[in-house]
Amino acid sequence: MKVSITINGSRQSHDVEPRTLLVHYIREHAKLTGTNIGCDTSSCGACTVHLDGEAAKSCTILAAQADGGNVTTIEGLAKNGEMHPMQKAFMENHGLQCGYCTPGMVMAAIGLLNENPNPTDEQVRHGLEGNLCRCTGYHNIVKSVLAAAKK
Amino acid sequence: MSITQERTTKVIGQRLLRREDPALLTGEAKYTSDLVIPGALHLAVLRSPYAHARIKSIDVADAKEMPGVVAVYTGKDLHATWVAPMPCAWPVTPDMKNPVHYPLALEKVCYVGDGVAAVLAASDAVARDALDAIDVTYEPLKAVTDLEEALADKTIIHEAIGTNKSYTWNLKVESAEGAVDQAFKNAAYTVSKRYVQQRLLPMAMEPRAVAAVPQPFGGDITLYSATQIPHILKVMTAITIGIPEHQVRVVAPAVGGGFGSKLNVYAEELLCVALSRKHGAPVRWVEERTENAQATIHGRGQIQHVELAADKNGKLTALRVRLIGDMGAYLQLVTPGVPLLGAFLYAGVYDLPQAYDFSCTSVFTTMTPTDAYRGAGRPEATYAIEVAMDALARKIGIDPYELRKRNYIKKEQYFDDKGNQTGYTAFHGLNYDSGDHLSAAEKAMQHADYAGVRQRQAKQNVPGAHKRIGIGMTSYFEMCGLAPSRVLASLNYGAGGWESATVRVLPTSKVQVVTGTSPHGQGHETSWAMIAAEKLGVSPDDVDVLHSDTAIAPLGLDTYGSRSLAVGGLAIAGACDKVIDKARKIAAHQLECAAEDLEFANGMFSVKGSPDKAVPIAAIAFAAFTAHNLPDGVEPNLEAQYTHDPKNFSWPFGTHICIVEVDTETGKVDVLKYVAVDDCGQQINPLIVEGQVHGGVVQGLAQALYEEAVYDSDGNLKTSNLAEYLVPAACDVPPITTDFTVTPSPTNELGVKGIGEAGTIGAASTVMNAVIDALSGLGITHLDMPASPNNVWKAIQAAQGGK
Repeated sequence: MKVSITINGSRQSHDVEPRTLLVHYIREHAKLTGTNIGCDTSSCGACTVHLDGEAAKSCTILAAQADGGNVTTIEGLAKNGEMHPMQKAFMENHGLQCGYCTPGMVMAAIGLLNENPNPTDEQVRHGLEGNLCRCTGYHNIVKSVLAAAKK
Repeated sequence: MSITQERTTKVIGQRLLRREDPALLTGEAKYTSDLVIPGALHLAVLRSPYAHARIKSIDVADAKEMPGVVAVYTGKDLHATWVAPMPCAWPVTPDMKNPVHYPLALEKVCYVGDGVAAVLAASDAVARDALDAIDVTYEPLKAVTDLEEALADKTIIHEAIGTNKSYTWNLKVESAEGAVDQAFKNAAYTVSKRYVQQRLLPMAMEPRAVAAVPQPFGGDITLYSATQIPHILKVMTAITIGIPEHQVRVVAPAVGGGFGSKLNVYAEELLCVALSRKHGAPVRWVEERTENAQATIHGRGQIQHVELAADKNGKLTALRVRLIGDMGAYLQLVTPGVPLLGAFLYAGVYDLPQAYDFSCTSVFTTMTPTDAYRGAGRPEATYAIEVAMDALARKIGIDPYELRKRNYIKKEQYFDDKGNQTGYTAFHGLNYDSGDHLSAAEKAMQHADYAGVRQRQAKQNVPGAHKRIGIGMTSYFEMCGLAPSRVLASLNYGAGGWESATVRVLPTSKVQVVTGTSPHGQGHETSWAMIAAEKLGVSPDDVDVLHSDTAIAPLGLDTYGSRSLAVGGLAIAGACDKVIDKARKIAAHQLECAAEDLEFANGMFSVKGSPDKAVPIAAIAFAAFTAHNLPDGVEPNLEAQYTHDPKNFSWPFGTHICIVEVDTETGKVDVLKYVAVDDCGQQINPLIVEGQVHGGVVQGLAQALYEEAVYDSDGNLKTSNLAEYLVPAACDVPPITTDFTVTPSPTNELGVKGIGEAGTIGAASTVMNAVIDALSGLGITHLDMPASPNNVWKAIQAAQGGK
């Protein structure tokens, strides 16, 4: 079936199998590999993107369901060669180590601040509970999100 | 030509932001599964649904017929492909039993997840669909999941070796024969405990992924793998498949965490290489999370019997340890060595006399093979001594901190009578490089307000209290910087423990550092640039770090065991010294003086006493490149390779304290505060050091509170994905208070020790001591990990007589 999705401002159309997940559409058809896959149970959040402005786990959505939608991936955040303030905050606060959860974590964190621009430490921790990180112990991720909120 | 400006500030010790980050933050970094490989075939592996079964027949006919399927192989089909079985590099005893196994099973399967058949297809989806069309007939056999039952040999897993026991390894150190028994006889207090180190799933966020790209006519092959060990993997690939080693290139692209789980040689790596050669086409494989849970190594898996003897003051007089190690179904790369890495740490930071009796018996079970997982043997040892110390303190009736203070190795014991820093030679003969355990503990006590919490606890933990407070501590020692090659020889390890580096100053004065370490989150590119910048007196921005590709960095022993800085960092320092030595000769030639008359500081050679007669190393690099005017006998170019073999392990230490509140009605443990005071010697980049502690602590805390690989009696892994296996999320863990003491290691020039595993080594016992402390007023003095609400609630019910 044909699925058309605007990804990072560029409208794409691809013939895909009906079972194709949005994450596979992004990685294999749109060839954007910044969105990672970390599990098969929608638990880890590594594949988080923005669909029509809201953070969503792209492994929980069929590409067909996103037909006609607007997707932003990690590749779409930087503007004019400048990283997004959330990306910068992660760098400045050592909010990443191996980087595998990072694209999803950054997209989830931006989604969180969109809903709650001034969260507490506790609210950040609960707001990111769908995104797992094995390296940082979350300490500097929380710090990064709080720093981005202050920007 | 741009000449690097003179740099006068110190680089080592600065909180430099990581140069790795922009690529990782923007999706630019390429992990193995991101690589675009035209024409690649996709591998999928059919895995055993049984823990223990005989393979009666495999029918692959239907699978072969499916559109898009290129080939299907069973273990028998590929048997002739393997020149050697799956490798184990650590035969810990001469009589160790190591069952032969291959990338695909032949007659039997020995754990759920054991590979049975391989499909090659045009896409990953087709390959996985085809697995369902393979018909395997099994004769199920009895699963063996209990270690003590396994030792009884009632169900033999590997008939060819005739027993489930792999080996027994002993370390008995006595000042005189019978010293241990005598000490127990004379002891004022003894403690005897049985602890279970539950199996853990490493769960690096990036599952494993492999791509093998052959050159069918040239014969060379490139293996891309999400591995911690490209160099070891290269050697093992050559040996197991019989490819000349110089024709194998291994590349570890961006690697999404390892924690030991990617310190291995895996079946899928060998299958991709072998099948890509067979088909003359690239073959790739990406692991699913459920496969990761079943077919990537597990960690821990030990039963520990620990006995302490102490005199009337609580001073330790002897220690007896009996371990049973769960090897799982087969021995992987360093499986049997893991308990040995802990064997030297069961006395922790305490001044134990020569009265130590350690023995480990390791057994096969019908579960996923175990191997090194963050800390590998050392968290287990630390847990045993530290939880037992609390038990001893309760028995004596003194505060656990007071008991520890009476037993710490004292700062002055690291020096001889004349004040020389000699290190402390422990009862087992290894020399602890440096330590100041009391200072670290005092600092942690201040952060935790230990006395204040004890007062609060006395008020709050009254009979019938709904929420009880507990405070627990651990003072740990870590043996890392793996490792002096001669010591590894004495432990029968199959390789050395050195690390290699090449440093070259390019004609335009930019510096390339080539390292044999293989980072997967540790920030080596940033830290190694800092070391070279410090040594050469250049800006770290002018230093590039190359790694993780055996064609670019041909020599190396990779990254594990908190070795990268303490061994690999020293190799870089050594290579820089060789570069400086060579540059000094050229500088002396140019300045027309003797090399000995030159001093080198801040990137500049200057004549002692005549600082105006000077030349920067940048200019020397260009002169070495043009080679127009070099002294006789000096080769062109400014480059040096150095291999560092450490003189000693390095011994980070510290004290962690945890404060918890336990809900006695639900069993839920809330961590109120976690304090980590670590001493890893000189720090290269404190920002990165803190990050390592945060992550390490949470992995240890997760063992204490959340994680457990649960098997049922039929050998099924019931926690085989991230919905069932509880890797903590941000809301499940506390902020971590980190602080440090700095006691440089005297055994290496940089004074460094290593920090990758320290957090994990200290954390599990710290949290469990806090939980037990909270509940001890209810009569609970023992609790197995994880201290989940269910387990805690059950313990409370049992202590209250089931009421």
